[in-house]
Amino acid sequence: MIPAAFDYHRPASLDEAVGLLTRHGDQAKVLSGGMSLLPMMKLRLASFAHLVDIGRVPGLEYIKEDGGFLKIGAMTRQAALERSDLVKGKCPILADAVPLIADPLVRNRGTVGGNVANGDPGNDQPAIMLALGATFVARGPKGERSIAANQFYKGLYSTALAPNEILTEVRIPVPPARSGGAYAKLKRKTGDFAVAAAAVQLTLNTSGAVERCGIALTNAGLTPVETADAAKFLVGRKPDDKAIAEAAKMAAAKSSPSADRRGSVEYKKEMARVLTARALKKALERAGGK
Amino acid sequence: MAKHKISVTINGAAREAEVESRLLLVHLIREVFGMTGTHVGCDTSHCGACTVVLDGNPVKSCTVLAVQADGAKITTVEGLEQGGKLHPVQEGFTEKHGLQCGFCTPGMLMTTSALLERNKNPSEQEIREAISGNLCRCTGYVNIVKAVQYAAEKMR
Repeated sequence: MIPAAFDYHRPASLDEAVGLLTRHGDQAKVLSGGMSLLPMMKLRLASFAHLVDIGRVPGLEYIKEDGGFLKIGAMTRQAALERSDLVKGKCPILADAVPLIADPLVRNRGTVGGNVANGDPGNDQPAIMLALGATFVARGPKGERSIAANQFYKGLYSTALAPNEILTEVRIPVPPARSGGAYAKLKRKTGDFAVAAAAVQLTLNTSGAVERCGIALTNAGLTPVETADAAKFLVGRKPDDKAIAEAAKMAAAKSSPSADRRGSVEYKKEMARVLTARALKKALERAGGK
Repeated sequence: MAKHKISVTINGAAREAEVESRLLLVHLIREVFGMTGTHVGCDTSHCGACTVVLDGNPVKSCTVLAVQADGAKITTVEGLEQGGKLHPVQEGFTEKHGLQCGFCTPGMLMTTSALLERNKNPSEQEIREAISGNLCRCTGYVNIVKAVQYAAEKMR
């Protein structure tokens, strides 16, 4: 299968890339790792007259800790995240998730920027970024702006990015002491999207009650689903089994998956509940709460 | 639609081509360069039959544009044998019966040769994870794992 014809552009700088996007408007699409975009174009589910490849724009591939944030450049490959000791040490939830994305060959090409900016509710990192309270940095013709992950996802493949904006960095607040995060994903096989998956990131106070909590679900609706009610329910409580079960139930109630070959709506909602409980338990354990 | 002049180093040889934007790397290799050892399997980035090593990393060449590989170093299955001597993974697949129909084999060889560059002594689990993006419908993977273990030992 071959994509419909298009023009390929390889800008050498972000400004040049933004200029190309501005010139070609919604006829243009940013090409990052291409692991979602190229299959979509080959299947003729998407077509663009212009692809703007940011793969050679310098300075978009890094993982660093800076000013209380874990900063990840948009072109950072999933394989680099997988091998990063900084990610393992500071952000176990991300370390959990990366090996579950696609397969190792796809992770050699696929990027974190593509995963979060694509707007596919089946991608794993959007829910994780919601749970972490991450921010996305975007560059457009007027310069740079930050967009909170929970303001970013507008609909299926639709995000807060303007057609001439490029997501350049993911900023994750480095979790403070007594924090834990976990990602629990159910999938049928390597390379498949999640039947359901839950991301949890929490922080405990000195008495063991939940101080901050983020919970979000993958493949549970048209966008990644942040389940703020469930998270709020846990804040101020000591998360015992009963509280965890209740929060998991509340999270699952917020999911609105559609039936497909991966299962019925009822099954997926039930799996969202089970996986939320598992992720909560693991996150709690990592926070030193159990 | 403009064509792009690209140059790559494939199996150590510098090659140039003028390509359409939409030409896929696997078609550059097979149809433009005439090297048909790299197979097209599912053509949807699932099966890994088209795996080649691009700047040191195994990737699915059905899901990379040829123009994206401009300037890159590519190794295909044809580049594994050196001076008439099989690469240890090729020898391993032969010795341990790591293939039946052989369709997935070029991709398996590229993924596992790249694995052994990075990890001289992979565990069975690490081998299985490394090849989890390469599908084999014949062997059940048991002999493929043995073949890689054979190669790892040979390379140490």
